[in-house]
This record gives sequence, C-alpha cells and structure tokens, in this order.
Amino acid sequence: MSEKIFVKGNEAVAMAAIEAGLRCYFGYPITPQSDIPEYLARELPKTGGTFIQVESEIGAINMVLGASAAGARAMTSSSGPGISLKQEGISYMAGSELPGVIVDIMRQGPGLGGIDASQADYWQATRGGGHGGYRIIVLAPASVQEMYDLTMRAFDLSDLYRIPAMVLADSVIGQMKESIVANPRPEVDLPAKEWAVRGRREGEPQNVVKSLKLGDGEMEAFHWAMHDRYKVLADRESLWEEIQTGDAELIVTAFGSTARISRTAVDMAREAGLKVGLMRPITLFPFPSHAYLALSQRCKRFLDIELSTGQMIDDVRLSVARDTEVSFYGRPPGAGSLPTPEEIFQQIRKVYP
Amino acid sequence: MNQVFSRPISLKDVQTHFCPGCQHGAIHRLVAEAIDDFGIRERTIGIASVGCSVFLYSYFDVDVVESPHGRAPAVATGTKRARPDRIVFTYQGDGDLAAIGTSEIIHAANRGEAITVIFVNNTTYGMTGGQMAPTTLPGQKTSTSPEGRDISNDGAPFKMAELLSNLDGVAFSARVAVNSPKNVLQAKKIINTAFRYQVEGKGFAFIEVLSACPTNWGMNSLQANQRLTDEMIPYFPLNVYKNKGNL
Repeated sequence: MSEKIFVKGNEAVAMAAIEAGLRCYFGYPITPQSDIPEYLARELPKTGGTFIQVESEIGAINMVLGASAAGARAMTSSSGPGISLKQEGISYMAGSELPGVIVDIMRQGPGLGGIDASQADYWQATRGGGHGGYRIIVLAPASVQEMYDLTMRAFDLSDLYRIPAMVLADSVIGQMKESIVANPRPEVDLPAKEWAVRGRREGEPQNVVKSLKLGDGEMEAFHWAMHDRYKVLADRESLWEEIQTGDAELIVTAFGSTARISRTAVDMAREAGLKVGLMRPITLFPFPSHAYLALSQRCKRFLDIELSTGQMIDDVRLSVARDTEVSFYGRPPGAGSLPTPEEIFQQIRKVYP
Repeated sequence: MNQVFSRPISLKDVQTHFCPGCQHGAIHRLVAEAIDDFGIRERTIGIASVGCSVFLYSYFDVDVVESPHGRAPAVATGTKRARPDRIVFTYQGDGDLAAIGTSEIIHAANRGEAITVIFVNNTTYGMTGGQMAPTTLPGQKTSTSPEGRDISNDGAPFKMAELLSNLDGVAFSARVAVNSPKNVLQAKKIINTAFRYQVEGKGFAFIEVLSACPTNWGMNSLQANQRLTDEMIPYFPLNVYKNKGNL
C-alpha cells in the first residue's frame, strides 16, 4: 500500500475518516471546507455509512452527539463561524465524555471575516471553546499526508480518552494538493464502548449518557478526573517535530501552514550559516510543553510565527525555561497577509544572537 | 387473587420530583405502557431534553441520552441513524421544542426521521419558574408576561401539531390531553399509534400532550385541570391531524 495518490488536504481528511471506520457524518456547507462534505456525500453511503447535510451547525454537532452516544464513529467539519455554533454541542459532548471528531479548516474572523488562511482560532480550539471549563484534543496537520494520518489518529485518541478531538488546519492545508500514501487504519487496542446506549437488556445496567451532575460532589469529582486525564494525555500523546534543533542558537516555532513556510526560512538561514532550528507542535492540546522546556535548557532564543497577533505564544512562554527570550512575528489573517519565507528569514536575522 | 393493575415494567419503582397535580407522571406512564405493549423495552432509547423532563433516565428503565436544550430531535436523528433497529423517542417540553428547538424539530420532521416525538405543552417554562412559553395563551400572565401575553408584542401561541402535520415528512401528528379518564384512554390509544409507526417502520410520529402545571399557573390541581378544559383545549383542539398510514 505504498502507492502515491495526489489529493487535496480536505479530501485526505474525508478519505482517512472512512478508513478509520466513520459511520455517520453530519455537516453544513462553509468555505473553505466544503470538499469534505462533498466527498463524504459521494463516498460514505457506499460503505454503508450515513451522510446528512444538516439544517445548521448546531443540528450537525448534536447529531454527532447522538450517534456517538450510540457507539458509532461520528464526525462533523466546518470553519470559523460554523465552529462557533458547534461549541454548545462540543461542551455537552465534553461533559458527557463522548468521543467524536470535529474538523476545523480555519478561516479569518471575527464575524464573517473572510476565507483566506488564518490561525486565529488557536485559543478557541485549545481552551475548549464552549462553556464550563474543559479541553478537547487538538491536532494540527502541516501537510496533506498529515491531514490523512492525524484524522485517523483523532478518532483513536478520542475513543481511547473519551474526549472530543479536533483536526485544526487552515485553507492553505485544506485546499492544497500533495501526493500522499493512503495508509490502512493502524491496529490500535481500544476498549469496548460499554457506556454506549444500545437498548437495556434484562440484567444489564441502564446506560445513560448525560452531562447533568447534581449529586453532592459529583461535578467537582468529574472536573478533577478530567484534569487527571488531561495530564495522562500530555504524558502519553504529545506529538511534535524538531528540525535541526541540536546545535540551534535560535529556534523558530510555528504550527500548521506557518510551520511549512518557516521550514523554508530555516533552510535559508542554514545556507547563510546561521544555526537555526524549527520546533513544530503537532498536538496543540496536549501542548508538548516538556519538549519546549527541554529545548530551552540549551537554546535561549525562540521566535514564534503565527497568522494572528499571537495566541500559541502564550503556551510557548508557559512552557520554556524562565530565562528564555521569546520573540514574535505575526501576520493577522487577511487577504495577502500570508508571510513569505524571505519575510520570515528577515525576522530570523533580526533576532538571531 | 389476580393482579389487574401494576406499574409498567418500563417505569422504575421510584418517586418522581414532579409537583402535586403535574401531569408529567401520567404522560410518563402512558409512554411506558406503550413501550410495554409493544414489548420493545430492551431496544428502546429515550432522548431527554432540558426542563422538567430532563430526569427521564431517573424514571424510565431504558437507556437514555440527554441532549442540549431544544436539540433532542437532532440527537435522536444521530442515535437512530447509528442504530436503525432501535426504537428512539424524544420527550420535550414547549420551551424546548417550540422555542429554542424549532429548527431541530422542523427539520427532523421534514426529513421524516423514523422517531417518535412526545411534546408536552403546559403553556409555561416549568423548571425555570413559570416564564412565558411559545405556547402561552393570549392574555395569560406569567413571570415574563406580567400583564398577560400580548400578541402584538409576543406573537401568537404555536400550534405545533397542526404546523408539523403540513410537512410531507410527517406520517402522524396528533394532540391529546390527560385531564380526564376519557382523555387519558384516548391519549393512550394515540400514543400507542405513534409508537406503532416506528415499530412498523412507517415514519415520523408527533404527539402533543396538553398538560397542567398547577405550581406555575398559581392554581391547585383541580383548578389547573379545569383551566385545561376551559382555556387550553378550545385553543389547542384535541385531534389527529395526520395519519398517513391509517394505523
């Protein structure tokens, strides 16, 4: 299965979801992610799965909730304004410990914004997004191959930890075509979904999927249990990529599309004789804090690049050693605001020791 | 001695939190009897909504999913599509279904989802303390319509059973009440028909049940029952508005 195919990032997400055993997809059209529902409308029914174009994003996420409660692998996808509407359902899923995959192909905002690339929904994704205090798993692909691989990973992580998982990309990664290998679903040992509703048979316990917790101390215990689960997640499931960080005097850090551009800038810096490396978080929640800390023990300068006025930089600063200098270069989302490798290289020169 | 009357096996042997004179208990019983009558308890999944009806799982001895306010028809759609061989019903109040959840109920009905919807209309938000509902009658005083519902400001009450019967996707739509022995017997028959639609795979069925809320109406049980007869039924006529399959 090493045959290469040439596909769009959004199509790779849809293909991977089917390979991962997706049974139910519920979505609503919005640019720049509509290739996902279009692909699944065509292909998912052929596998016996259900595709519904829903009346709203709110309806869609609640159908994901209902299908997931019944034990099925379920997914929805959207972008900025639609993801905002889904936050109600995501909060209920988090409170009900339900798995489910949400794909967010970020566009500009606030409001209607625009359809060009943006990373300004980092906070919304990594801080939970809805009410009540919870986190969701957030995976940030930087290539079409990763769109495929991380979508499959999102289903497994979500089922394993019973936490909703988000694939967070932008229109650059969603819309570009690259050649990928559509790997078969990896073998993962997952527990049976004994909590799912299925119709209570005589002698079996009643299964109730709910987020209302009124018992004495029940809600507090839930929050501490989830807090502990997030720690396990950070210890076991953090993913990141380091490029030429071994001897680096300056480490550029970025996720998703900006990491792709930054990588070219790092190569330019190396050609110019500057010792520059790249640190790319792949999981944004859990954030690979321990990897940043380890890097900052020997390299004291970081340059954070984002398509926003600075959001991930909060997590970078919280992770690195206290004597680390973290600089920032951002291009808030807008038509024509995607930085060039040369532009980032200029920033590298500016802060290089 | 022969036992001639007992608790339906689909209901748990517990006390409810409902107020004296509240008719949720009677409606729960009729739904449970329908589940018993068809012998479908072991493959029934209830979808609870937000409001007094949220504790469905405490009273019904079936698996239950709790949904966000108004979203029960969307949650039920997901559950039924994931497990088409199960019997899925929602149980929703008037604020839940006819205000915040209008989009979800209209579209689930229009798609003809193979679910059963129990809609309890008591013309008020019960759990939050008696605010104006989308079904509050013209002139009815509530905590958020202190001078009475003013149609020029608030619009007229929704007649959901009639409204939904106009959609092609709806197979069965009816309104019943449980304020008298006669009406209870009629409601039992019609609720059973609504479940029969799903058991026989014949489409979306909607039952509106008029219900008393003495606490928030500021009445005792008998007065509340009388109000239901005198004021609610004339505005919300008891009728089968659609019975596509003649079941």
